[in-house]
Amino acid sequence: MTITTRPPRTAPRPEAPVAPLRAPAPGELGVGSARAYPLRREGPAKLNGTALYTDDMAFPGAWYGHTVRSTEPHARLLGIELDPSFDWSRVIVLTAADIPGENVVSLISDDQPILVEDEIRHQAEPVALLAAPDRETLRHAKRHVRLRTEPLPAVFDPLLSAQEFAHFNLAKGDVEAGFAEADLVVEGEYRVGHQEQLYIENNAMIAVPRPGGGVTIHGSMQCPYYVHKALKRALGLSREQAVIIQAETGGGFGGKEEYPSIIAIHAALLAQRVGKPVRMIYDRHEDLAATTKRHPAIVRSRWGVKRDGTLVAQDIDVVMDGGAYSTLTPVVLSRGTLHAGGPYACPNVRIRGRAVATNTPPNGAFRGFGAPQTEFAAEMQANRIADELGVSPLELRRRWVYRAGDETPSGQVLRESLGGEEVLERAVAAADFERLRAQTAEARAHRTAGARTAHGVGLAMAWHGAGFTGSGEVKLASVASLELTDDGRIRVLTASTEMGQGTKTIFPQVAAERLGVPVEAVDIAPQDTSIVPDSGPTVASRTAMVVGGLVIKAADRMRAQVEAATGRPFADSYADYARERGTLRIDQQFEAYPGVVFDDETYRGDAYPCYGWAAAVAEVDVDLDTAEVAVRRVVSADDIGKVIHPVLAEGQVEGGTLQAVGYATIEEIKLEDGRYLNDRLATYLIPTSLDAPRIEAILVEKPFSGAPHGAKGVGELPMDVVAPAVVSAIHDAVGAWIHDLPATPERVLAALAGIPASPPPGISVARRAAADATAEANLEAPPQGTDPAPDRPTDPQPMRGPYNE
Amino acid sequence: MPYRLNVNGAPVELEVPGMRRLLDALRENLGLTATKEGCGEGECGACSVIVDGEVVDACLVPVCQVDGSDVRTVEGLGAAPEQLSALQQAFLETGGAQCGICTPGMLMAAQAYLDAGGGPDEGDVREAIAGNLCRCTGYTKIIDAIAMTAEGGA
Repeated sequence: MTITTRPPRTAPRPEAPVAPLRAPAPGELGVGSARAYPLRREGPAKLNGTALYTDDMAFPGAWYGHTVRSTEPHARLLGIELDPSFDWSRVIVLTAADIPGENVVSLISDDQPILVEDEIRHQAEPVALLAAPDRETLRHAKRHVRLRTEPLPAVFDPLLSAQEFAHFNLAKGDVEAGFAEADLVVEGEYRVGHQEQLYIENNAMIAVPRPGGGVTIHGSMQCPYYVHKALKRALGLSREQAVIIQAETGGGFGGKEEYPSIIAIHAALLAQRVGKPVRMIYDRHEDLAATTKRHPAIVRSRWGVKRDGTLVAQDIDVVMDGGAYSTLTPVVLSRGTLHAGGPYACPNVRIRGRAVATNTPPNGAFRGFGAPQTEFAAEMQANRIADELGVSPLELRRRWVYRAGDETPSGQVLRESLGGEEVLERAVAAADFERLRAQTAEARAHRTAGARTAHGVGLAMAWHGAGFTGSGEVKLASVASLELTDDGRIRVLTASTEMGQGTKTIFPQVAAERLGVPVEAVDIAPQDTSIVPDSGPTVASRTAMVVGGLVIKAADRMRAQVEAATGRPFADSYADYARERGTLRIDQQFEAYPGVVFDDETYRGDAYPCYGWAAAVAEVDVDLDTAEVAVRRVVSADDIGKVIHPVLAEGQVEGGTLQAVGYATIEEIKLEDGRYLNDRLATYLIPTSLDAPRIEAILVEKPFSGAPHGAKGVGELPMDVVAPAVVSAIHDAVGAWIHDLPATPERVLAALAGIPASPPPGISVARRAAADATAEANLEAPPQGTDPAPDRPTDPQPMRGPYNE
Repeated sequence: MPYRLNVNGAPVELEVPGMRRLLDALRENLGLTATKEGCGEGECGACSVIVDGEVVDACLVPVCQVDGSDVRTVEGLGAAPEQLSALQQAFLETGGAQCGICTPGMLMAAQAYLDAGGGPDEGDVREAIAGNLCRCTGYTKIIDAIAMTAEGGA
């Protein structure tokens, strides 16, 4: 079943609508007000400004924290020198020696220190911590700290790295025999660079000492229990001594998955020493310079097809740059490897994935989590093959797309919830793809020398494994709880955070639906580790599907229990039940989805319980003088299993689409000596309302039988599909394939001229010597190993994104 | 001499250095934390407020420059804290606020546009909020909310 929610704007939802949180009065609002879904639960507080983000919280007497960071990509740390002429009596200084627990940021590996002990492995690495009672003292103090270091050779090119974080291999059929059958073999190397999540709220943590030696953290985060685990280990705290409370969080996109643990530990170390609350609020410069980005990747791909378009072989080699520490890199690589073949059935496949270390700041989670990188390459291959064969990219995909009974490279036989064909047909129909393609071909054929703009249209598809990879969910064994309190309130308890996507709205909504009560009757507990159970991290598009499924199961159990006891419908009897019998709490733990088996040892089996499917059509205008690309329109059809709340689901598709447009066209981190050069919002550009295309989201429902509501997640899917559609549209407009993202004017011009664009994305250049020596000499030369201007952004010559490389 | 200004219609005296950012004065001296800091250099618009009818980035405006001015922030949009204005209500209905951090600035940019007689034309609305970055919505639902309010004659 399928519904289109935009346009038309007022499409009805086919099944029982829920009462709105607050019914608008007649005539109160114009068009669009009648969509009968709960309004965003915390929406009014966000709109009237009463929602408290971390930096909005006042703690009287709080001190201010600062992180002293490295200014070299690789060096031996010989000493931390405090200027004796400065009055240090009102400043706390902490180093690695002051960490009471283990000097480890607890995640997958134990390779990342909280503070450098002896070896600096990347620029902007935390080396020491300062705290002062006021900002002015802190500002002066940080100018009087100096790191004594001895430089070590640095590695920036992942292809030259000798240190591997992880590798994965997938094989199916006989690849060489497949290529022997092929009439056409298309090869390509595709490179994508870093991308910054760029949540508009910077990272922020406040640590407050608790009586008895513990610490309470208030902060901006996606995963309270990740912070909890890391903090306990670093400070040697018990479960009860560490309390993590999520503040209102101004966007995450993966960027607040793992990094908040480091900041929370830093703030907590200082707070414990000072004995007062310590505020650790990053500014944009620090957030951009120091926190994780999307992994750069190099994908080499060789696909073979028969003359009639039959796909017979895929040979794919993926290298991801993890940066200096492993963070979540093995899992990012795993997802990237598993998605590298694209949503297409192929009998003979070889995929090899490798992630390596470089002396650059660690890369980490970002919406899509490895899949956007490898799926960009897959879609480029598909579109190039269609071009070579002279067939429509739509026809080719109709032939290739996964159908029931097909087997993936990991040996998973796809049985249900397969929306590939439908999203493809829905997207191309809504966008009128074939007619546009004919028009742009016509325009191309008759383009005159005086033409100033070229219009193009492109198509791409994607699949996105729902929830954690492999046996991740089984190992996680998440718990969600539902409570009927003795005062007759119903409360959802999960650690799933709200960061814009609507968690606090959909959980009460689905619980109320199952209990048969108005949505206003269901509260949601704060994301506070002393109150809610560990329902896992808020990542991997797993919240609606996995945790939402647990909430529904808990609601079903609660309803059955109450109705069995009272003999009356839940809605009529739960208040009496609570009054007479007291609190009823249901703890629902995750159980493996039936029939879903993955073997981590052999890396074979059901890599995901099900997949989301997407197809996108993008239209672009390419300026033929400047080669600037303007994305005008994107139609994205996304099979998300079940639409719980169309307004929120569309919001995910629209927002993910625009992030992908930025990835495709303007978002790029430039590096020099392993340092991010454009570490300000003036130089790292994201799309504005004028850069944003018209986005049409089409939601398709192919329910997943393992989840009680059929939902399979929506957050990441749109991020996977749009960039290759844009690049295909650029090719349709100007006839050149761009192999590297983003497709900046420089890369488009280079492709038109048939020369390689330089440098490739994601690679640090060594410090420019000759040409810039004069410019640098004009700047005050900072002492070696000292932040030249800790208060100021570090790029001496602000860049305007791609426009003045 | 304190600086005297009107904030959301109420007279305010600020005994602060003249170069203190209006953003800090609002957030820390007056406790009006709805106005957010996103970049501190006038790129993101999260700190947009209305000064004498013009949208400004409060991170770029020193207090000395708004002596005697009328300053409006999100705290002053609704008739009462619990009562959303038509514009705020439209954001709520369309899904124009997701994580909410750009929302106060976005609302003020939109309010200034509407106050100046801006209509529902999509291109005009896009232009009006071009200085306000949003990373969640793709802008579509924000534009819908502003256009809807303009149509409603708010």
